[in-house]
Amino acid sequence: MSVSRRRILASGAALAIGGMSSVKSGEALAGAVPPDVPEWMREQGGPILSPAYGLPSKFEKDVVRRIREPRATDTEAFSVTPLQNLHGIITPNGLVFERHHAGVPEIAPDQHRLLIHGLVDRPLVLTMDDLLRFPAVTRIHFLECSGNSSTEWRKSGYHSVQRTHGLMSCCEWTGVPLSTILGEVGLKPDAKWILAEGADAAAMTRSVPIEKALDDALIVYAQNGEMLRPEQGYPVRLFLPGFEGNMSVKWLRRLKIGDRPWHSREETARYTNLLANGKAYQFAFEMDVKSVVTFPNADRSFKAPGSYEISGIAWSGRGHVTRVDVSVDGGATWRRASLQEPVLDKCLTRFRLPFSWQGQPLEIQSRAYDDKGWMQPTRSSLIAARGTNPRYHFNAIQGWKVAADGVLTNAST
Amino acid sequence: MRALNVCVAVALFFFAGSALAQQARLSLGTPATPEQIRGWDIDVRPDGAGLPPGKGSVEQGEKIYAEQCAACHGEKGQNPAKGFDRLVGGKGTLATPKPVQTVGSYWPYATTIFDYVNRAMPFTAPNSLTADEVYSVVAYLLYVNDIVPRQAVMDAQELKKVKMPNADGFIPDGRPDTDDLKCKANCK
Repeated sequence: MSVSRRRILASGAALAIGGMSSVKSGEALAGAVPPDVPEWMREQGGPILSPAYGLPSKFEKDVVRRIREPRATDTEAFSVTPLQNLHGIITPNGLVFERHHAGVPEIAPDQHRLLIHGLVDRPLVLTMDDLLRFPAVTRIHFLECSGNSSTEWRKSGYHSVQRTHGLMSCCEWTGVPLSTILGEVGLKPDAKWILAEGADAAAMTRSVPIEKALDDALIVYAQNGEMLRPEQGYPVRLFLPGFEGNMSVKWLRRLKIGDRPWHSREETARYTNLLANGKAYQFAFEMDVKSVVTFPNADRSFKAPGSYEISGIAWSGRGHVTRVDVSVDGGATWRRASLQEPVLDKCLTRFRLPFSWQGQPLEIQSRAYDDKGWMQPTRSSLIAARGTNPRYHFNAIQGWKVAADGVLTNAST
Repeated sequence: MRALNVCVAVALFFFAGSALAQQARLSLGTPATPEQIRGWDIDVRPDGAGLPPGKGSVEQGEKIYAEQCAACHGEKGQNPAKGFDRLVGGKGTLATPKPVQTVGSYWPYATTIFDYVNRAMPFTAPNSLTADEVYSVVAYLLYVNDIVPRQAVMDAQELKKVKMPNADGFIPDGRPDTDDLKCKANCK
């Protein structure tokens, strides 16, 4: 037995007898890194249930949702997901971006009701208990605000991917197919649209085409294995895979079946895309194929020359990602990134590309393709088609400049 | 005999299929009563469907606006507080680099003003205005946008007749609207 090993054992015994929380130790115990043995191996760690609902390490305290800019109110407001800190494709529940039009209502589940009426044979009131008795499905899908990265229509000045692209999250959602519930109420032949209405103070309302409702729409009560977070619509929300996030109405209280859309404020004054010619796209639902590099990023970039892995996320509201190309020279040449399985429909796909940095300035871009034949456009072609007045559905290639010192900035500023 | 068996099998298959389809009904939930539906059925459509009884004048709306709306949206809809929507003006700006999208310049249907004010405004006290008060505020907003005269009175009949300046400003989703959105070769 070596001298240092005997010392460790001796001080371990002293700790056990004395019940001390820390030990002043000899030279060999001073540091945490090899060859020293760290302090936290010399005493018991924290107890279980501290806290009962677990939290991230205190050293991850900066991994939080943020606001982009202060707004007039903090209830008609949004926060953005720290994409630069995330790995894989799942967004932890506490980091899912928020967008509320009148704050987060506090709803006791036994007080909540979902009313379904209109062009149906049997109008129904469902309780949460009722909903939990239906056959359920679980699916992994992204949720993207249609205003995500809309700052890039005009040069944003934001260097953080959290600020440019953080109105995007991806979760495992559990609930009841809307088609099952529509089967319960029985649709009349002229049923063409469904009004979805929230139980928040804005009674947030959108019109949903019946084709989507009967296709893959879900009435969701759980995310990532637990009941919805309040800010995600607890106790129940609509979820429309691949459609603009605003349509996945939270705190869902009412579905009314009709023969035409309602033209609510959120589908006329908002969530319409004003083009350069003064006309506006209305009822543009699908989120286009899109990708963004999340490493390197403004917080954590290349430091010294050597080996790195460029990584990012790609998605399509119409299907699944088939290919992501990465450029480090501003789009002059491209290399194909590897796609991390699983690659799912209307879901984030993680892409990776090994990269050896020699200390030269770069402009890193990514370009995604989907299985329906859509691809991510350049910023200039998108602006040539629509101008810079739209506030929604920006899906152009994002460039990040990396300077010789490793500092990363938004290439479009 | 074999043919008959096949026929029976086919018939049974279809019968079983329809039985399964029948089983899709789970008979969960409680029938919604007309009274329950009436309490929550607040939506209003451009054809006037859903507009409640009641009426309101520009003059009444001016008072309510001053008390309930002006603090955020500005006096007469001009100069709103920072971060709040401007409700008036912007006509002729939609095709310029600095579009001003207001109720008057952008909203396609006057019924939507009723629906939105009724469900979500005033910001600090939603669900507090009567139908008459909502009609009044809508009348006032239409007046300050030069869409109805000062003596206008809005009710269900009048409101659905109002033609908004940008009623024809909306077109269906035009995507793909650039070649750069569709892959032509080497896409997989």
